[in-house]
Amino acid sequence: MLQDKIQDVFNEPGCATNQAKSAKEKKKGCTKSLKPGAAAGGCAYDGAMIVLQPIADAAHLVHGPIACLGNSWDNRGSQSSGPQLYRTGFTTDLSELDVIGGGEKKLYRAIKEIVQQYDPPAVFVYQTCVPAMTGDDIAAVCKFATQKLGKPVIPVEAPGFVGSKNLGNKLAGEALLEHVIGTVEPEYTTPTDICIIGEYNLAGELWLVKPLLDEIGIRLLSCISGDGRYNEVAQAHRARVTMMVCSQALVNVGRKMQERYGIPYFEGSFYGVSDMSDTLRTMARMLVERGADKALIDRAEGVIAREESRVWRRLEPYKPRFDGKRVLLFTGGVKSWSMVSALEGAGLTILGTSTKKSTKEDKERIKKMKGEEFHQWDDLKPRDIYKMLADNQADIMMSGGRSQFISLKAKVPWLDINQERHHAYAGYDGIVNLCEEIDKTLSNPIWGQVRQPAPWESGPSSTLMAAE
Amino acid sequence: MSHIQRFPSAAKAALTNPLKMSQPLGAALAYLGVDRCLPLFHGSQGCTAFGLVLLVRHFREAIPLQTTAMDQVSTILGGYDNLEQAIRTIVERNKPAMIGVATTGVTETKGEDMGGQYTLFRQRNPDMAGTALVFANTPDFAGGFEDGFAAAVTAMVERLVEPSPVRIPTQVNVLAGSHLSPGDVEELRDIIEGFGLSPIMLPDLSLSMSGRQPTDFTATSLGGVTVEQIRAMGASAATIVVGEHMRVAGNALELKTDVPSHFFSRLTGLEATDKLVRLLMELSGKPAPARLRRQREALVDAMLDGHFFYSRKRIAVALEPDLLYAVTGFLTDMGAEVVAAVSPTQSPVLERLKAATIMVGDHSDVETLARDADLIVSNSHGRQGAARIGVPLHRMGLPMFDRLGAGLRVQVGYRGTRELLCDIGNLFLAREMDHEDHDEAGESHGCGGGSCGCNAV
Repeated sequence: MLQDKIQDVFNEPGCATNQAKSAKEKKKGCTKSLKPGAAAGGCAYDGAMIVLQPIADAAHLVHGPIACLGNSWDNRGSQSSGPQLYRTGFTTDLSELDVIGGGEKKLYRAIKEIVQQYDPPAVFVYQTCVPAMTGDDIAAVCKFATQKLGKPVIPVEAPGFVGSKNLGNKLAGEALLEHVIGTVEPEYTTPTDICIIGEYNLAGELWLVKPLLDEIGIRLLSCISGDGRYNEVAQAHRARVTMMVCSQALVNVGRKMQERYGIPYFEGSFYGVSDMSDTLRTMARMLVERGADKALIDRAEGVIAREESRVWRRLEPYKPRFDGKRVLLFTGGVKSWSMVSALEGAGLTILGTSTKKSTKEDKERIKKMKGEEFHQWDDLKPRDIYKMLADNQADIMMSGGRSQFISLKAKVPWLDINQERHHAYAGYDGIVNLCEEIDKTLSNPIWGQVRQPAPWESGPSSTLMAAE
Repeated sequence: MSHIQRFPSAAKAALTNPLKMSQPLGAALAYLGVDRCLPLFHGSQGCTAFGLVLLVRHFREAIPLQTTAMDQVSTILGGYDNLEQAIRTIVERNKPAMIGVATTGVTETKGEDMGGQYTLFRQRNPDMAGTALVFANTPDFAGGFEDGFAAAVTAMVERLVEPSPVRIPTQVNVLAGSHLSPGDVEELRDIIEGFGLSPIMLPDLSLSMSGRQPTDFTATSLGGVTVEQIRAMGASAATIVVGEHMRVAGNALELKTDVPSHFFSRLTGLEATDKLVRLLMELSGKPAPARLRRQREALVDAMLDGHFFYSRKRIAVALEPDLLYAVTGFLTDMGAEVVAAVSPTQSPVLERLKAATIMVGDHSDVETLARDADLIVSNSHGRQGAARIGVPLHRMGLPMFDRLGAGLRVQVGYRGTRELLCDIGNLFLAREMDHEDHDEAGESHGCGGGSCGCNAV
């Protein structure tokens, strides 16, 4: 049952926060209860889509009324080097009659149509609130469809109202563990096969990292799920080492793969020079520990040395330009600590970061890096941020798209570092991209112009004086 | 109204690349045209998050939108507590003039009694009497964007407008449908003010969604029609109702206040605008201002210059029903043939469309129907399909996330019609010029080897 699964996900031994809780607290789970009238952020279904939709050759079918897909499709920057089917939005678009009479038959017909018309390697079916309330059994329909149509049809049971995006990430992970991972055997395996979990290839970021792995001799067997292919994800159980990118979001997948298949996992980040190097080092070391050729470590060190000297050389011109520039980071989770190190490496001063969505470990990590003095805002209201920016306490804000207007309306430069961004910031090249974007924004001539008062707002203005 | 099957829907079970958006989203947009308003979705927090992102991407503006954050337990036991708590929190934190509530699939499946909840809330919270509250029923599983917008406007009329013993002869109401952009609403205001009349727009997106620069950060809408103005609509001399989906709200307003209403199915096109101008001359007793006369001449001139490029062009249009009606009407006025008109939902206006094929469908249907068309007119979601079949796309409607200034485009009145005429005409013109160039040079061009009817190989 869904409730059991949620309990199981909440009771995560791989999560230190959870282990520190009493039995009663554990039962309550890790989602903070949302405050009506003062809540923001996506639902569990949103979270599940984020994790699975980048599997590019699969069809993704949303079982629900139009709101769940109609308002949200085609809005993420996850890229594919081949198949584009994942960008097609499929929904059963439940009507009043389906609410009354049940939507199971319609769901089956929809799956059948998709399989017949598009012939994808698999169909993911997403449960949403309304059919969850009326009692549509999507697991049964998927099972039936799998037998009838001879294609894997995977139920993803994460209706929105069960909780937050983060919970949805984990439930999507459960769906992979239960129905996908371990169902396909790779043609061949190597001692350097790895699986990366929680990398979604936004703006093509994975492609800044993969060439380095290729060069070192590490084979990316499976990525969950950036630029993903269904069969590659299904082969993840043959990886020798797992890397978890988005710290806690999919920790259940990493841990259960360790439990079931004995694959060790580590947490890493592709953001920032030192984090990127650490990641490559750890990856190589762990593969060698599992029996890969020792030369792997030397090759990794070689690539790291070359890339580091190259990246520092390329960052040098930015340093005097960034001197004294203050950054306000407004993001959550893994990005809060990985971005901090990335930006400081480029000579920027970080004022502080919001930690609303971060886990306890994320916060500890920042504290260790930056000391107690560093600001970590737990619940920063938009109005407070606006005030800080309007009072010239920061030179640039970096955040997700939804909070951009806090910064832009205060007439302060802003940079998108979330899922809708158009530039790739991962890896060594990514950090140079990031600095270039920051520099472009900071040095744009509009800031001086837009801050000028209107002709009717001031007396004899300074520009008039200058003209005389 | 919207559930009656007048036109064939696609027979498929899997809606593919949806054109349709949900009712609550339309309701939210209507509420955003009210000053210092905070729209509130009664549902799971995801319903709000998706709607918010879509509107942010279209308008490139901060969008105030809140949620009652229903979870599994409150969904089953009833959502009144969440609703009350949400409204109380919003009033305490943000002090809005109005909270506009829209239900969602979650609360409608449960069957929450919104009328009863309104009464109960007012009884239990006398200290909140100063905040206007409007509830609209907008289930996700019926109707679409336009229906939700209509439901919210109707709810505002029914809850807020009061009958008036006096008439202000220069005051007119405008019920501005969802197919009017903030730029369109601004244009209408200009036209009406040109006759010495003062319009009250419901809703007024031109004041809230047109790129405001606030002096402080607000968590509510900044600008729009005020609640006091809505209450005063009963004192107007006339109501101008724009769009079929505003008809119910128009009738409700007339029934409540005896203000006579005048219905306009569209305001794009020469004759459509003439009809409006004639009414304004009658209402004001004044001649048309010189600026409007010049604009009419310019439009007539543009029609003469531009009709060459429109004649017998084959165009597929996929938009919300009233915008679909306005655009197909304009295109046929110009001599083009609408080969397919695709609507996301049923609407009575579909009966009056002039098009070879009329259907309720999605972007994948457009992709099938527009294979040999010269142009597709649709929202930004149409770009994938248009690219696949190699037909140019002119973006209109919502969402339009890959163009700047989407909210401020004007396509009503003489000036707006001329702009639309030139925008679309230029697409045809560019193609013809390209082909001439290529024909002379004998080179291939972007059409992929004669698929557009050119001689290029």
